[in-house]
Parts: sequence; C-alpha cells; structure tokens
Amino acid sequence: MRVEDFDMFSTLLKQRSGLVLTRDKAYLLESRLMPVARKWNMKGLEELATTVRTRKDEALLRDITEAMTTNESSFFRDQKPFDQFRQLVLPRLMEARAAKRSLRIWSAACSSGQEAYSLSMILNDEAAKLAGWRIEIVGTDISAEMVERAKSGVYTQFEVQRGLPITMLVKHFKQNGDKWQISQQLRQMASFREWNLLGDLSALGQFDIVFCRNVLIYFDQPTKAKVLESIARQMPQDGVLYLGGAETVLGITDKFKPVEGQRGLYSLGGFSAAGAKVA
Amino acid sequence: MKSCLVVDDSRVVRKVARKILEELNFACSEAEDGKQAMEACAAQMPDAILLDWNMPVMNGIEFLRRLRKMSGGETPKVVFCTTENDLAHIQEALSAGANEYIMKPFDSDIIQTKFAQVGLL
Repeated sequence: MRVEDFDMFSTLLKQRSGLVLTRDKAYLLESRLMPVARKWNMKGLEELATTVRTRKDEALLRDITEAMTTNESSFFRDQKPFDQFRQLVLPRLMEARAAKRSLRIWSAACSSGQEAYSLSMILNDEAAKLAGWRIEIVGTDISAEMVERAKSGVYTQFEVQRGLPITMLVKHFKQNGDKWQISQQLRQMASFREWNLLGDLSALGQFDIVFCRNVLIYFDQPTKAKVLESIARQMPQDGVLYLGGAETVLGITDKFKPVEGQRGLYSLGGFSAAGAKVA
Repeated sequence: MKSCLVVDDSRVVRKVARKILEELNFACSEAEDGKQAMEACAAQMPDAILLDWNMPVMNGIEFLRRLRKMSGGETPKVVFCTTENDLAHIQEALSAGANEYIMKPFDSDIIQTKFAQVGLL
C-alpha cells in the first residue's frame, strides 16, 4: 500500500471512529479493506483510495469505517466481570434503586450483541428477585451491520461455543439449520442502536451500568479522555463503568475512580464495594 | 497436573486435541473407542474425558452411561466433542451425565473456555 494512501485512510478512520492506526497496522488495513474494494467493484486499494479522495460517497466511507471497527466478540467474555455483575453490582444497585425499581444498562460498542445478551441471560436467571422491576439493556455500535446482527440474535455454531455454557445454549437458543437464534424473550430485554461514541451521547439517556470494554484501546489519549468524559455525563454518581482488562482511567481522566478491590470496575465515586466478596 | 482421556476413533482428532490439552497442562492418554475408554477408566479414573460420539465397538453415549454407573465414575468431567450438532443429541448427552458439549469443528479457544466452565482450569 502506498504511504499516502495509508495516511489518508488512517486520517479518515481517526475522524470518523477515533480508531488510531499506526503504520505497523498496514496489513490490517489491507486485509479488512480488500473485501470493501471488491464489494464496490474496484480493482484494489489504490482505486479505493482514489475514489475516497475524489468522491465523498457517504455509503462508501461508512463501509470502510465498519470494516475497520468490527471486532470479534464472545459470550460472557472474560467471565469475571459477569460474576462481579451478578454478585456485587446488581444487588448493590438494586438496593440503591429500591424505590425507583428501574435500572438501565449500556453495552457500548456492542458488536454483534454477545455482551448485551450475556447480561440478559443473567437477569433472566435473577428474574424472581427482579419481579416488578423495569430493566433496560441498550447496545450501541458504530456499525449498522453489527447492530442488525445484534438485533437478529442469530449466531453461528462457532459463535455460540465462544464462552456460552452448553446449558445456556439449550435453555435460551433455538436451532435453525447451522445457525442458533436467541429466544424472543431475551431479545425483547435488549435494544440496539447505531451510535458513534465520539458523537453526542445525551440522547441515549442515563445509565446505571456501562460496559465499555476493549474499546478505548483503539483510541489515542485525547480521544480516550473525551469518550470517558462524555460517558461520565450519562451516569449517576453511584453508577459503575466496566473497562477491559488492559484498560484504565488512570492518567486519562479524574472523572472516574477505580472501585476498590474490584478490577476493571470504575465509578464517579458514589459506588462502594466495601465488604463485598466475589467468588 | 490433571489428567485427561481423549476418546476418538480419528487419530488426527486425538492428536490435535492432545496438543491443545497438553498446552493447558493436562497429562493426556488416548482411547480409540468406548470399550478402550472403559478399560482405561477401570485402570485409573481420569479428571477429564474428551469424548467423541460416533465410534466403532462402543459409541460415546453408551460409554458415558456405563461410566456414570461405575464405582468412581461420577467424578470425571465429561466433555463431548462431536460432529452431532443438533439439540436432540445435546439434550441426550446432558441427561446421560455430560458436563459440557463441543460441536466440531473446534479450536483451542473453545476447548479452553469449555474446560474452564466445568472447573477443570
């Protein structure tokens, strides 16, 4: 790939999604953008680059952004955050919201929906305790294609074996040929919307629990700070934010503070895990 | 070190599975069918069994039913690993006492997470 083409693509991606591509990731750009070039009947990346320069076709720019920002996901990814959710976060916030009896949960950069549906499976297990509660799970992703996939709740055989215990598959999924679809009941617990984390988040409303895992790693420092600060505006003081294992708020923003003793969990300061035990 | 018995009539599958399991720190032994697996379990009960369904001599589901009736046969964690990928087979395996179920083809990631889920890792 020509250096000027790489620079043009990486500037475009930075502007539209916050994704930072260093030159050692040229192979990634090539392997992800070749299918886009083919879809648009172009010979290769040079033609793709020329077209982007001369003709600002929104649909093409969107395809390029989607191809670069789509990432593999799995059910109950890393397991521990979900144990934390079930044993600590959910009970504590239920106590705090006992009068209101409502909770809103956000799966930010939700990809094909596995995180959101993992949460709906946990909430389904806890249904007896949650009778009379209004619980909303909202998944957002920059990719329209991913949002559509998440809404459909249809997964390949490979995908349903990534992190999903077999008993959960039997309990919550219906088989259709070589695909598996999550039950309508669980699909109704979650909604999905196309949304850019770099944009205005206020219309999404307030969230008590935010999962934004393995997203910040793709951003540079100023973008990380901007995203964390706009997420903070959508959360109450005692809300909690989940980040990925390799991510932190330290040195990026002082809005969020680590929840003591709970790895990967952050709050604006009003959530305490004191006395908690997570097996 | 935990032990795992790999039961599959395909030498290639046994080899692939063995390599993945050894990387996860299991001491592996192999059996080509359910009958050989019964003999291996009678000699020494493994901690885990990765079990194919369709095999000559004795198939996986029959082996599992007999295993669960053996003395000490309720302790090994049994993970099916088969091309049978429909709900009916999965339910039959679970009611016969399987702990997890892998639909072939598999990769190391799937084996690792399934083994972790049943408490082997």
